[in-house]
Amino acid sequence: MAKKPSKGSAPNLDMTPMVDLAFLLVTFFMLTASFRMAEPVTVDPPSSIGKVTLPDNHIMVTVDEKGRVFFGISNSTAKINALKKMSEKYGVPFTEQQIKKFGGLSSIGVDIKDLPRYIDASESERTNFQPMKGIPMDSTNNQLKDWISNGGAEAVKIYNELKKKAEETGQELKAEKPRYAIKCDAKTKYILVKDVIKTFTDLKIYQFNMITSLEGGGTIFDTKK
Amino acid sequence: MAEIAEDGGGGHGKKSGKKRAKKQSTRIDMTPMVDLAFLLLTFFVLTSTFSKPKSMELTFPVPPDNPDAQVKIKNGVTFILTKDDRIFYYEGEFREKDTPEGPKTQLSELTFAQSGPNSLQEYLIKRNKWLHEQIKALNEKLDKKQIADTTYKRLVKEAKANKEAPTFLIKTDDKATYKNVIDLIDQLNINLVGKYVVVDIIKPELDLLNEKIGG
Repeated sequence: MAKKPSKGSAPNLDMTPMVDLAFLLVTFFMLTASFRMAEPVTVDPPSSIGKVTLPDNHIMVTVDEKGRVFFGISNSTAKINALKKMSEKYGVPFTEQQIKKFGGLSSIGVDIKDLPRYIDASESERTNFQPMKGIPMDSTNNQLKDWISNGGAEAVKIYNELKKKAEETGQELKAEKPRYAIKCDAKTKYILVKDVIKTFTDLKIYQFNMITSLEGGGTIFDTKK
Repeated sequence: MAEIAEDGGGGHGKKSGKKRAKKQSTRIDMTPMVDLAFLLLTFFVLTSTFSKPKSMELTFPVPPDNPDAQVKIKNGVTFILTKDDRIFYYEGEFREKDTPEGPKTQLSELTFAQSGPNSLQEYLIKRNKWLHEQIKALNEKLDKKQIADTTYKRLVKEAKANKEAPTFLIKTDDKATYKNVIDLIDQLNINLVGKYVVVDIIKPELDLLNEKIGG
């Protein structure tokens, strides 16, 4: 277009295709993105050939290398309802704002008594929060069990409501049944994981998704298929 | 980069020639927009997670009413995991001492290596031969279209649950890591084992294990 670039000035470059591409990619990533929530701990799970993707609707218990236990629910409504029940049971008051904010948090690993303080803390303060001892799960003070039973009950309740609604309106059910997931670090002593599993089995929950990183490969006869 | 199309913007073209001015007026300085677009692009690329985590489905047994009662499994293999990624196993029932049914249980060692004299993989292939042959035969039938897909799945399931196929029990002492357990289960899955279960270790087994490691 510019026949004679005036001396000294940069050449004219048509940036339209580049911009088109950039926006196309932006749109694509925006629509496909599922955000990675900041986890309170980094856990490096062992690898396996397991190919089952973790359902979106899950209740996850994370165990880190030191055996600290973290709890999270993917559904924020269920999470908020579970917090309300927990607050009632343990007599720890939460303000409306705190409850709302809790819905947006990822897994938590603090005693319920420290939870209001944990919620109020800023993002950066949370990573260095003290005392971050994991959710207590000893026999006298088994908060994990209450979290799981309340969280699980709430998640199932929401699922049932959606199912009922779908049946009434004749629409396809989009929700999934909540699943229980356990994510542990490869170096965690199994005996610590066993305690968590014991908590689940005490609640008559026997099926889990153990989160592993993908290894590739398959069963010994896979080459046939 | 910022210099590109510097003379555009705002519709004030150069004064020379009306035609040219009109053309130039359509040019907008796109640099800030591009900057923004790439900033967003970078942000989304870095924050998005494409692959959802993969997982392994596992079912744990319902605890028996009487915890002291020993489970009797005829065609069983018990793995005991311990520190330093070591695996021990014994076949059949556990016997604390010599009895008329058989001698005292001895532990043998296996390794997680893919091959070698005591490799877990090779042991499983040997131990699970019956099931493998069944599945192989079914695979061939499926390939020749002699049986339907659903029938194949059902038959494989039945073969896995058959009494001929061994049952594997996984036990750990307090030093085994989570990785060991997952690796072992993974290896069982690779070898198409249908029946395995993670259970608690019993005291005599633990004593035997400690004796073995110590000695």
